[in-house]
Amino acid sequence: MGTIVLNNVSKSFGDVVIIPGADLEIRDGEFIVFVGPSGCGKSTLLRLIAGLEDLSGGRIVIDGVDASDQPPSKRGLSMVFQSYALYPHMSVRNNIAFGLKMAGLPKPEIAAKVARAAATLNLTDYLDRKPRQLSGGQRQRVAIGRAIVRQPKAFLFDEPLSNLDAALRVNMRIEIMQLHQSLGATMIYVTHDQVEAMTMADRIVVLNKGNIEQLGSPLELYNRPDSLFVAGFIGSPKMNILENNTIGIRPEHLALSEKSGEWEGTVMLAEHLGSDTYLHVDAGRRGMLTVRASGEFPVGPGGKIWMTPEKGRIHRFDAQGRAIR
Amino acid sequence: MATQQTRALGRIAVAPSVIALFLWMIVPLAMTIWFSLLRYNLLDPNPACSPLTPWALTDPANRCLAGASNYYYFLTDPAFFRAIGNSLQLVGWVLAISVIGGILLALLLDQAIFGRNIVRLMIIAPFFVMPTVSALVWKNMMMHPVSGFLAWLFQLFGLQPIDWFAHAPMTAIVIMVAWQWLPFATLILLTALQSLDEEQKEAAEMDGAPPLSYFWHLVLPHLARPITVVILIETIFLLNVFAEIYVTGSGGRAGNMPFLVYQYGLISNDIGGASAGGIIAVILANIVAFFLMRMIGKNLEA
Repeated sequence: MGTIVLNNVSKSFGDVVIIPGADLEIRDGEFIVFVGPSGCGKSTLLRLIAGLEDLSGGRIVIDGVDASDQPPSKRGLSMVFQSYALYPHMSVRNNIAFGLKMAGLPKPEIAAKVARAAATLNLTDYLDRKPRQLSGGQRQRVAIGRAIVRQPKAFLFDEPLSNLDAALRVNMRIEIMQLHQSLGATMIYVTHDQVEAMTMADRIVVLNKGNIEQLGSPLELYNRPDSLFVAGFIGSPKMNILENNTIGIRPEHLALSEKSGEWEGTVMLAEHLGSDTYLHVDAGRRGMLTVRASGEFPVGPGGKIWMTPEKGRIHRFDAQGRAIR
Repeated sequence: MATQQTRALGRIAVAPSVIALFLWMIVPLAMTIWFSLLRYNLLDPNPACSPLTPWALTDPANRCLAGASNYYYFLTDPAFFRAIGNSLQLVGWVLAISVIGGILLALLLDQAIFGRNIVRLMIIAPFFVMPTVSALVWKNMMMHPVSGFLAWLFQLFGLQPIDWFAHAPMTAIVIMVAWQWLPFATLILLTALQSLDEEQKEAAEMDGAPPLSYFWHLVLPHLARPITVVILIETIFLLNVFAEIYVTGSGGRAGNMPFLVYQYGLISNDIGGASAGGIIAVILANIVAFFLMRMIGKNLEA
């Protein structure tokens, strides 16, 4: 089991309000991602759930039990830290076993659990090494091993991949998703990378200035953003926002033509990625637009092109930045 | 990495300072060794050189070669073993007090207490007091058997005041020297504590480690290296403690090796004997350093 309910949870440091009041219901076995720009309170929210910060108000209920005043170790949650936070003086084995030792489990049971966790994560050959003798990806796996060995109700990940290089990040992303499938445990994952959020999440929580801006599946957020903020945050490259922030259209939803179309523009810059070409287009009074063309696109900088928005793909927003549907 | 030329150039460039440092070390050492082989006593300007050493020097001080006899007399002097014992006692006790006390104080000062900066400054202060002054202050203000603060404190509790320098000179010296060196240990251990990773503390919290286990499994291993540094540096300086013993007049019972060398040279005016003592002290210090490095030096690697 691993349901977590946040009930009007708030946090402030002195006069500075980080989270004004958040309500959230996390279902058992769900992979939920907190995403938002730096300083939006996503890490604070995670730390509140972990118990590493005290609540300023509200309640946190884990599996039907009010955990608001429980110390971190009593909440039955495991956390993977951004810096991995491995204990540098202990071997991998002792790093993974530390929590179990503190819980006072008998030695043979600890050994069996550590062996099982190590096997899951391909760490068996490294059990006697010290963290500093491991590569970044291996350290990451030890940190995850330390989390799974305690068989927690839920896993908390605080930007765990941000210290890895791009290729490794993709691999670890897949490993974490596979782990989620095989364990079926609730996972809460904090990231500022919307690609991670889109690819991994069952549901995404978009945070802005401590408020939950929108909660939904990745495609819901992509197709039906509730606000200008979500529209701009989800999707890469960013959605084009036109007409005084009232209209949004994604770069991939503009059809391109060299002869005719609704909007006329001049190509300023072309980014060739091979599979796609991103054109930065000066569309006169509409401003700068980003447009995605599939594969190669023959028009280079200085060339004239025409763009036509796809039907039903235009997002409209009111003056407060809320979506009009 | 470097080419032949830059390496050769580098050697030439550092040569003057290397040579200067070498002379700086070797000239006093060589002179001490030379003196230690002489019959050289300021109270006996015209020694009758032994017929066994007919190559008597004809210099103004009328020194003559003494062979190893200075070493023989120094090493067979009962005062020598007492001095070594006192030296080791002093080093051992002060190390124990400053390392254990330093850890506790550093843990305390690492907390967000009120007026932390002032408290830190005050804790560091004793280290800046020169040993002669601290000895005088301790002798006349703190440990004076009649008008001292400790005597007053003892009487307050109805206890008999202790005449520290008459009855427990070693304890008194240990207290004074520990008072000076505790701040040093605290300072180094505190900076080490502050470099302990915040997320590691939180990971330990998630793992449910109670404070004592947290200290034992995470803080202490983290402090291993700074503790090694403290022990090494303090040992070097504690073997040389002299001012506290001299100023408080505790040399009779609490005299250590430096004090014994002083007694030979400046009380007995036996320069040859003092030089031999100095060389023996150097050899002993090197033996201590060797074992120290062997025991704890591995902490300094990697």
